[in-house]
Amino acid sequence: MKCGVVVFPGSNCDHDVYHVWKHVLQQEATFLWHQDETVKDCELVVLPGGFAYGDYLRAGALAALSPVMAAVKRHAAAGGLVLGVCNGFQVLLEAGLLPGAMRRNASQRFVCADVWLRVERDDLPFTRGLSAGQLLRMPVAHAEGNYEDSPQHLDVLEAANLVAFRYTSPAGDLDPAWNPNGAARAIAGICNPEGNVLGLMPHPERCAEEILGSTDGLAIFAGALDSLRTARAPRPERREWAGPEAEADANADLEAKAQVASR
Amino acid sequence: MIARVTVYPRREILDPQGKAIRDALARVGFADVEEVRAGKSFEIRLGVEDRELALRQLREMCQKLLANLVVEDYAVEILNGERQ
Repeated sequence: MKCGVVVFPGSNCDHDVYHVWKHVLQQEATFLWHQDETVKDCELVVLPGGFAYGDYLRAGALAALSPVMAAVKRHAAAGGLVLGVCNGFQVLLEAGLLPGAMRRNASQRFVCADVWLRVERDDLPFTRGLSAGQLLRMPVAHAEGNYEDSPQHLDVLEAANLVAFRYTSPAGDLDPAWNPNGAARAIAGICNPEGNVLGLMPHPERCAEEILGSTDGLAIFAGALDSLRTARAPRPERREWAGPEAEADANADLEAKAQVASR
Repeated sequence: MIARVTVYPRREILDPQGKAIRDALARVGFADVEEVRAGKSFEIRLGVEDRELALRQLREMCQKLLANLVVEDYAVEILNGERQ
């Protein structure tokens, strides 16, 4: 399964993501330049952390208008997987692929720390290896992770169940003291209604190997890989019930197809 | 003509930067400052003669790029052709 890691001028977590996909998960990975007009044959596109275009104007604002983002939008609209981490999340917001906006951290400081995250959605392609309510430990490193939207829009977001991760205490409780940036409703990550686009401020690629002290982030990439593999496997076609004999034939046919596909 | 575009945090949204500046102003003796909202200002030279057309273009620039309407408001003004 092929992952494309977008490189904007100023991206700095691109190689970390590439490393996780290529060397930890042993999959094909490539870099996509911000001037590229397609995402090539990549099945997963990751917008990495960093300071795309120097964060000029607003974090993610100029990157959102780059040629590659038009291709990423097409990929997302066709149901392709898109993951935005930290600055990549900010780009997704500015590009309108996810709702809301980021403001400076309430503390006015760059925050670099390990935080606790509570998994809110375990049914997304990226989170299928996790359980709702499960706690993850992940690093954050940002100055603008203070998620904001109007109260009405936040209510819509909640009603549509688009919050994927929240900042919590080590016990899993919502607590302003454990919210590193002042994000509205402790939102750390959100998805689109279809679930194929996910953005989060914490860095799963920085905690995907034992040597880094934690593998809590690996599940996000492994989940994407697993769902891509499942999507590729043949699915039974809808058909009318034609009796037990026909059913047995159809099953044998499907098994044969599955064997061909798995070779 | 020369135009000025000002972008600032929406009123109903807490502006941590503005609050920090207000507190600092109070520390250097300006106790009467009740609120500061910190934003950005853009001076834009436009090759357009028609004032209405210029204003329309400037508003569109704000909506498409210069402001993020989720958290920011904007104002546009024409500076009578002179830098101020």
